[in-house]
Amino acid sequence: MKKPPNIFVRRTVFSAAATFLGTVFALPLVWFVFAPFNARAELGLAIPSPFTLSNFATVFQNTFAMQALLNSLIQAAGGVVLVGGAATLAAYALSRSPIPGKGAVTYILLLFSSVVSGSAAMVPIFLIISAAGLIDTHLAVILVFAGGLLPTAMFILRDFIDAIPRSYEESAMVAGASPLQAFFDVALPVIRPGIVVVVVWAFVNIWGSFLIPFILLRSDKLMPASVAIYSFYSEAGTPIVTLLAAYSLIYSLPVIALYLFANWKFGFRFFGGIKS
Amino acid sequence: MASVEFQNISKSFGAFVAVPDISFQIADGEFICLLGPSGCGKTTSLRMIAGLETPSSGRVMIGGRDVTYLHPKDRGISMVFQDYALYPHMNIADNIAYPLKVRGEQETKRHARAKEVADVLKIGDLLKRLPSQISGGQQQRTSLARALVYPSEVYLFDEPLSNLDAKLRLEARGFLNHLQRDMGMTAVYVTHDQAEAMALATRIAVMDKGRIVQFAPPIEIYRRPATTFVANFVGNPPMNLVPVEASVGEGALHLRAEGLQLAPIAPTEAIAKAAKSGRMTLGVRPEHLRIAGQGDQNIVSGELFANENMGPESLVTLERGDNGRVTARIFTDDEIKVGTSVHLAFDTRHVTLFDDSGARIPAADER
Repeated sequence: MKKPPNIFVRRTVFSAAATFLGTVFALPLVWFVFAPFNARAELGLAIPSPFTLSNFATVFQNTFAMQALLNSLIQAAGGVVLVGGAATLAAYALSRSPIPGKGAVTYILLLFSSVVSGSAAMVPIFLIISAAGLIDTHLAVILVFAGGLLPTAMFILRDFIDAIPRSYEESAMVAGASPLQAFFDVALPVIRPGIVVVVVWAFVNIWGSFLIPFILLRSDKLMPASVAIYSFYSEAGTPIVTLLAAYSLIYSLPVIALYLFANWKFGFRFFGGIKS
Repeated sequence: MASVEFQNISKSFGAFVAVPDISFQIADGEFICLLGPSGCGKTTSLRMIAGLETPSSGRVMIGGRDVTYLHPKDRGISMVFQDYALYPHMNIADNIAYPLKVRGEQETKRHARAKEVADVLKIGDLLKRLPSQISGGQQQRTSLARALVYPSEVYLFDEPLSNLDAKLRLEARGFLNHLQRDMGMTAVYVTHDQAEAMALATRIAVMDKGRIVQFAPPIEIYRRPATTFVANFVGNPPMNLVPVEASVGEGALHLRAEGLQLAPIAPTEAIAKAAKSGRMTLGVRPEHLRIAGQGDQNIVSGELFANENMGPESLVTLERGDNGRVTARIFTDDEIKVGTSVHLAFDTRHVTLFDDSGARIPAADER
């Protein structure tokens, strides 16, 4: 069937525009993949010749930057465990128990959470952490992130749990399970895809955050990678592009790995237990 | 197996009263159906037996033990849910064996038992599958197997067949009936399908607006419905109900309604009393109506509304002006010739009379 030229023109224009936009967004990513392997990388895009790992070798010798990656991992993992665990329990209780005004509680917490992890609250947060004697500890960073991320995590999870029929747990309890058994045997596995979403989201948030660790931490040996990345700037404040690119690639790998892992392991939903 | 008793149970959800005040007793080994339209409180009542709802007042007894405030796990019950509620992350064997797992049974033992039950229910070859990988009928049988895998005092069913298609539902119904005969289990079965209740129950509790309207064996419910509500709910199609003007004169009861021609009925004391209000409802089951012939005395007439061929029988519906419809089940191998106007005949002995309030008036041969 012959298409009217009008549609043909429109599709051509649309494709061209989409290609242009796609290229604009893809170019930095291409640079991000190529530059780390280029010994003479600059801000311009260039295919590395020769292909080299010398940038990585230099980066690996920077013990401060390497330690920082480990610190990032500690802080992100600590925050994720706290947020994931607390949010699951809180969201489950908020979803299943008949507490009056539970909706309002969630919304108010959600409202304030954007303040807690935002820069506006940095001074009071610093004072609180200082008063608690936690300045310059991993725990300080973990707690502040947990406080900031929990309400949103609870909100996401509560919605998720609300959508899961109660008859799962009811059937477990009628079959002889205690409420605790019903939660761990039946509810938790069914909620797990939601928890994974929250965990990945919290991990990415903490992993990429700069301000909070920068303010709450003092010593070099505790700084996360987001702060340590500045050690690849010269004293004049100009970036050493080759090393920065290599470190950035290493820095981004855990997040990519986590996404892939979550998608491979949990990126599916269970269906079929409930007949509707 | 055990008895179940409701003592003055009421249940409110906020301002909404789901169950105002019901009491009943279920003997050991009875298969009880709670039958009623949606919102009549039947599921709430079942959930109070299960312990998934706590009554606002009153007591629930199972086997003579007060279980009103006991956790579901301590009641010695098993339950089949309307949506099956199979655990999606466990395979069929683990689903069926879950009640044994929480009771601390060893894995090899509980899987052996699950296999036994699954074989009886003809899902023995599906044990390694996940619930999402089996059909709706198989899911239903899995949830049934989970309820049967360990001995319970009482078996509870919450509309377990309502999500099956018609053919599977008949099959499952027959199986449940057989199971009940085999095991003699005490069961409470909630349904809105009167045919299911009739087929399965040893006694049916017909519920309306949180109250039990009639609690009797199926045949009793069918032959002597306590009220017009029961008469209209049980039977497929349900009993025809015709509002009539009633008067007693010359030693006979005269009933009048448009399109109705009725031989005088000998009035009993009860009938005479009910006739004083001047209004009654006449009930006739569809299968007691036939195409009128010569010499028929009791006839209801009207315009043909529908003629549905069901195979062994036809459902002939006539419309009496603006005064409602009457449906007859006509059993015949011949094609029924019905014109635009239809005359249906019935015998006086098949007439059920209801008084002004909708309660059935006892017939002459009842004590």
